[in-house]
Amino acid sequence: MKTLTPNGSSLKGTHEDYQTRAETEAVSAPQPQSLPDQPLVTIEPTKGWVSLQLRDLWVYRELLYFLIWRDVKVRYKQTALGVAWAIIQPLFTMIIFTLFFGRLAGVPSDNIPYPVFAYAGLLPWTFFSNAITNSGNSLVGSANLITKVYFPRMIIPAAAVGAGLVDLAISFLILIPLMIYYKISVTWNILMFPAVVLLTALLALAVGMWLSALNVKYRDVRFALPFIVQLWMFVSPVIYPTSFLPPRFRWILSLNPLTGVIEGYRSALLGRFFNWSALAIATVITLAVLVYSSFAFRRMEKEFADII
Amino acid sequence: MQPIIRVENLAKEYRLGKRDAAYGTLRESIVDAMRTPLKRWRGRNGVSASEILWALKHVDFTVERGEVIGVIGRNGAGKSTLLKILSRITEPTTGSVKLYGRVASLLEVGTGFHPELTGRENIFLNGAILGMRKAEIERKFDEIVAFAELEKFLDTPVKRYSSGMYMRLAFAVASHLEPEILLIDEVLAVGDAAFQKKCLGKMGDVAREGRTVLFVSHNMVAIQSLCRRALWLDRGEVVENGAAGAVVTNYLNKSFGGTGATEEIWDDIATAPGNDLVRLHAIRIRADGDSSEPLTMKTPFTIEIEFWNLVPEAQLHLALHLFTEHEIIAFTTGSGRDLTWSERPLSRGLFRSVCRIPGQLLNAGRHRFNILVIKDKTSMIYRHESEVTFEIVDLAERELSWYGREPGVVQPVLEWTTEHLGAV
Repeated sequence: MKTLTPNGSSLKGTHEDYQTRAETEAVSAPQPQSLPDQPLVTIEPTKGWVSLQLRDLWVYRELLYFLIWRDVKVRYKQTALGVAWAIIQPLFTMIIFTLFFGRLAGVPSDNIPYPVFAYAGLLPWTFFSNAITNSGNSLVGSANLITKVYFPRMIIPAAAVGAGLVDLAISFLILIPLMIYYKISVTWNILMFPAVVLLTALLALAVGMWLSALNVKYRDVRFALPFIVQLWMFVSPVIYPTSFLPPRFRWILSLNPLTGVIEGYRSALLGRFFNWSALAIATVITLAVLVYSSFAFRRMEKEFADII
Repeated sequence: MQPIIRVENLAKEYRLGKRDAAYGTLRESIVDAMRTPLKRWRGRNGVSASEILWALKHVDFTVERGEVIGVIGRNGAGKSTLLKILSRITEPTTGSVKLYGRVASLLEVGTGFHPELTGRENIFLNGAILGMRKAEIERKFDEIVAFAELEKFLDTPVKRYSSGMYMRLAFAVASHLEPEILLIDEVLAVGDAAFQKKCLGKMGDVAREGRTVLFVSHNMVAIQSLCRRALWLDRGEVVENGAAGAVVTNYLNKSFGGTGATEEIWDDIATAPGNDLVRLHAIRIRADGDSSEPLTMKTPFTIEIEFWNLVPEAQLHLALHLFTEHEIIAFTTGSGRDLTWSERPLSRGLFRSVCRIPGQLLNAGRHRFNILVIKDKTSMIYRHESEVTFEIVDLAERELSWYGREPGVVQPVLEWTTEHLGAV
């Protein structure tokens, strides 16, 4: 006859736990270790404009990487078309634009075949509009992180912009067959491409970061964003070239930093002349907005956990 | 020696009321700005005192390196606000905190877990969110997986995990943090007994390694067992800061009251509860020993009932139904057990019946009771739901490492013997 034995593992567990506790209580003085004389962190109320704490951002750079990685991993999960969505969006927009603006309305395109012209403009535009939308909503969407863990909050909108860069890279691939088909050759201008991509990302970060902080306090941002994005496209040379406007009004258009950026993409990719002044204006405006928005973000940051 | 945490005159103010509650809309801000354009410059004077809630005020304390300190207090006492300030999630309104070591906070397990990602992916993500470096996570990865006992499910999205698996994974990551200061908020309130055991075992390890732990909990047994010192907060202020045992006792006294005052008395026989046959005069609880101390599971106590018998030669007994806080009858008992009176009728007059309840019988929790007056051992002639309630607190020193409340309506100490009957 087989005898039933009591659950040996649980008895063993109990014994071990008893020991654990006895040892815990036996612990007296901690190992002597030298403590820094200066506090590692001093927590005090901040007033007015505060420092950016870039060092802190650097310390948490790996978290930025992981959050971008998470966004990319998760974005197309449980979608039938998966990463193809990154291509479908600009591709179909390009086709519609070509039909309506290129063919029907006859919008000029600086002697570039309209599909290539539109697609080269849609690359930065799609990236930019998605980036500011996603990063604008990113803080509110991460309320659970903000109320439970400390890290520099700027990482959240920055990660949303960073994840958009992956989509940009994927949608860039469609431009290659387009350029081959229309026999447009690559020139040395392509060397400027990384610089204009960086500029777009910085501009998206500047705008997205500011909107995301504002969104924490005023949920109006969520409703205003799609509207802003729509209007912004029409004042940017996505559908039409800058030359579409009479020369004396072109400077107004170049006050929009995206003008220099989008023209920059076309110049870099399609070998056109760079409009250096527009690019310079875009760079200056981008940096100015970035500095303002970083400080504004830091100022609003202290309230996030309390009001989100 | 230099303390590792130094908190000086810390205060945190929350503005209540419509304007600053939750979040505003732009329209409200614009309208406000137009109505009271000087509000910004008037500063605090513009807000009436009733709209301000001080979640913390005048909080001063220090924590020495290697100390495990418990923070106790009622809900809303400021415990969580304190942890949030120490972990830099929110800013104090005034005062300062100086931290002389790396801080990690566990206000929740599984913060930032993404349901679509696999267990493996979430270990990295959660680790990074909690402040671990990638290399550090890679180094500890196998250890974390082994601790969570989830080897087989590493590549399953966590949305398909059971809640137990989810908690195990989350805690496994969190427990591999190696900060000098660890802030823990009521993590033990979740999960089953086995999980709690694991958490507390790990906390013991952390303490043994000489780390500093600040631990918020409502579990007084855990606080007393794990912490040498406790900090008692009430309405944002430090009430007491000292040896854990003493602070816990004082806190329980204040919160649950002693047993001395828990009584009901009716002086007027005409209006006292009862009927033409019997009326109650008094009901009280009396603990053995110091009546200002809380009733613990070990304390014997008595329930006294004084009543007027209004009918000569009545065969009356009392019955007592004792209820737990879940309205379950823990037991019933009757005064007929007293053989002196079991067959003897009562004359008209005032009587007192005393029921003695030994220590180590009832489980922790709030209790109440009903008094039944029984005539001729068969018919109930009056029933009184007593207003007297009493809380039995659990301060038992535990032999095992389970600090939660044991299930069961009673918790008697019973004798056990085990014999060796021979080799297999």
